Amino acid sequence: MTTTSLKETPLANAHKALNGRMVDFAGWFMPVQYKSIVTEHMATRTAVGLFDVSHMGEFMVQGKDATAFMQNLVPNDVGRLTPGKALYTQLVREDGGTVDDLIIYCLKKTGPIHYLAIVNASNIDKDWKWFQEQAKGFDVQLENMSDKTGLLAIQGPKAVDLLADIAGPQVRDMGSFTHDEAKVDGTILTFARTGYTGEDGFEILVGGSKTEWLWNFLLEKGTKYGIEPCGLGARDTLRLEAGLPLYGHELSDEISPIEAGLEWSVKLKKGNFVGRDALLKQKEQGVGKKVICLRADGKALPRQDYDVYDGEKLVGKVSSGSQGIFVGYPIAFALVDAGSSELGKELSIEIRGKKVPAHVVSRPFYKREK
Amino acid sequence: MTLAYPAQLKYVKSHEYVRTEGDIAIIGITAFAADQLGDVTFVELPKVGDKFKLDQKFGVIESVKSVSDLFMPVSGEITAINERLEGEPELVNHDCYGEGWMIKVKLSDPAELDAALSADQYKEFVVE
Repeated sequence: MTTTSLKETPLANAHKALNGRMVDFAGWFMPVQYKSIVTEHMATRTAVGLFDVSHMGEFMVQGKDATAFMQNLVPNDVGRLTPGKALYTQLVREDGGTVDDLIIYCLKKTGPIHYLAIVNASNIDKDWKWFQEQAKGFDVQLENMSDKTGLLAIQGPKAVDLLADIAGPQVRDMGSFTHDEAKVDGTILTFARTGYTGEDGFEILVGGSKTEWLWNFLLEKGTKYGIEPCGLGARDTLRLEAGLPLYGHELSDEISPIEAGLEWSVKLKKGNFVGRDALLKQKEQGVGKKVICLRADGKALPRQDYDVYDGEKLVGKVSSGSQGIFVGYPIAFALVDAGSSELGKELSIEIRGKKVPAHVVSRPFYKREK
Repeated sequence: MTLAYPAQLKYVKSHEYVRTEGDIAIIGITAFAADQLGDVTFVELPKVGDKFKLDQKFGVIESVKSVSDLFMPVSGEITAINERLEGEPELVNHDCYGEGWMIKVKLSDPAELDAALSADQYKEFVVE
């Protein structure tokens, strides 16, 4: 394997030391698994998983027009964010296609408002260009912090216990999609109660040079909670089971947030934003295709690009599929004709020449007990 | 991680192994293949009585990560399948040469095994 052309997070050596199986993920040298995807998936559902997501991108936005710029940039309502809060949203093109999905944090700073946008690793260059283009006419300063920022996630029912041990008991009171800061062993950590697994948990920002220290510190302090380092394989099976979209699969230049089933995050009444006309039209007139959740019969797994049929009629394709490791049956997201998308409907997925029955089920496949 | 390749077995390049007991061959996938696949979720096996030729596809193995065809390392008739794999496909990961075996075959041409790889030859093949 040649790794010279791949980008590395500050944890490349730590991953190798843990026997991580390293792969090229969107140009990044990343671990797909350490022990096994099933072990890591189950550890996250029942204890706590530790994920390196430092490859993701971070853009800082500040300036007189910061809020106006952000409101124009995304469909969700940035105006309701106060310092310490965060929201999930997308970047949408004029035609409704999705540039990326992201989380926007209104940073806990005194003085002028600062926003931090965390975007997908595979889209950093494209998104950075998009931010710069959309900034024309706004008095804002943008900074791409991606290369100097580490990002780790601890996810699972024990994540809060682990963070409380190292950052203090106040973290137990944090609401979902809020964030806070604490000094841990002399290092400032910013942590948000967010994640991509369907579990309670936190995503922790740390200066790039401190990432390896934090990784090892969390592994050590997490031992008593059954922590497992988790690779991108488990990250994908966890997010799929939790019904969370992945850019390039359930969202893309050709799939709008409305088509992806993310209408809850599109606030058409908040005022204008890029792509609003297209999304408004989709909402008023309905969409031609929709991302749905399918539960397949049998044991064969649906996989990306497998054809989906409604009777004899080809109605779409699987966008992501896998074994639902915790729920215990094969699951998939599929993009299908809207006419074949109603809950409970029986469709079929063609798996190796056989049509396997699959039912449209509600999202998510897995919902944690609160 | 060190993967084991027992010396008494024969191996083929499509990553199946063969253990012979008289004219019966016990067949499964190698530790290398199981490790590459990761968590096995499903093994589709033929029926007892089915006949296959060398190199013919006899089944499918599916893991969380990927799906692969299984190929006959010998010619012959299926005399038994490992029914435990239906409910416990993870046996392939835990004990591929023992409880994770897949099929037993009555050899129709034992001489075919002369062309199969020894443990050392197979090890060399997968390290490349």
